[in-house]
Amino acid sequence: MNFSGQDFIYGCSAIGAGLAMIAGIGPGVGQGIAAGFGCSAVGRNPGAKSDITSSMLLGQAVAETTGLYGLVVAIILMFVKPFG
Amino acid sequence: MGGGNEVDFMIHGIVKYNLFGQELWLTTTTVGMTIITVLLLILAFVASRTMKTATDIPGTFQNIVELGVEMLEKMTEGILGKSGRRFANYIGTIFLFILFCNLSGLFGLRTVTADFGVTFLLGLVTFGIVQYQGIKNHGVGHFTGLFQPLPILFPINVIGEFANPISISLRLFANMLSGVIIMGLWYGMLPIFVKIGIPAALHVYCDVFSGCIQTYVFCMLTMVYVNDKL
Repeated sequence: MNFSGQDFIYGCSAIGAGLAMIAGIGPGVGQGIAAGFGCSAVGRNPGAKSDITSSMLLGQAVAETTGLYGLVVAIILMFVKPFG
Repeated sequence: MGGGNEVDFMIHGIVKYNLFGQELWLTTTTVGMTIITVLLLILAFVASRTMKTATDIPGTFQNIVELGVEMLEKMTEGILGKSGRRFANYIGTIFLFILFCNLSGLFGLRTVTADFGVTFLLGLVTFGIVQYQGIKNHGVGHFTGLFQPLPILFPINVIGEFANPISISLRLFANMLSGVIIMGLWYGMLPIFVKIGIPAALHVYCDVFSGCIQTYVFCMLTMVYVNDKL
């Protein structure tokens, strides 16, 4: 079996794309914590449910950003092939 | 995203043309954006005509338009306070544009905001408005503020200013792109019997839910950045 240097770089790019998606752990934990605190806030003050829900969703969407940066890095490695 | 066992979530070129020796393409994004712009123009014409002949007892369409305008004013005045009215026009425009772009994936177009060219331009417009407001309201203080609280923090402050448009545009782009990729993989790689019915739930999450939330977040963050400079 013969490898060219090009193939090696593509393989390493694919591994790097997989590693970049480890960034998905952080937003998962963060969104879970936000949802948990949102639930406890609704339990304490059911009247403010709509306000709590909207600010919780806004915070979760912002917290999601770091995971999406990981996704962008992975997609660039897979499809744009900057090192090929 | 048609049938067949071919994974397809890329932007496709349709017409090639040359401008100043540069090779440029009209892509699927351009087509989708044109359709959405025409749709929004028609909507605006019909809405303004309805409001000119507004009646005391509103009809269905007049009710919807009034509800939308009221929600827009509540949203802008909630963050920007008294000057919210000045920005209500711009916020309303980008809100409708981004919302229609995010929902365009439901109608067989490739989702327009899953193209970094579109979202980065929106981010740049936000950046321009923020800088303009900063110079208008603070004058020279807008630039000397970069040396606060310590002069050594100047590079970090400059990076912080330029990171804003990149971060909001990448957030919108990556959210919609992830939806497009998931739908492309689902339609392209799985056998025919899971392509019936099940994708509806995925569309509700990836296009409708994610799209509405990201539209709201983009407008909210634009207003927060502008509010810092007022």
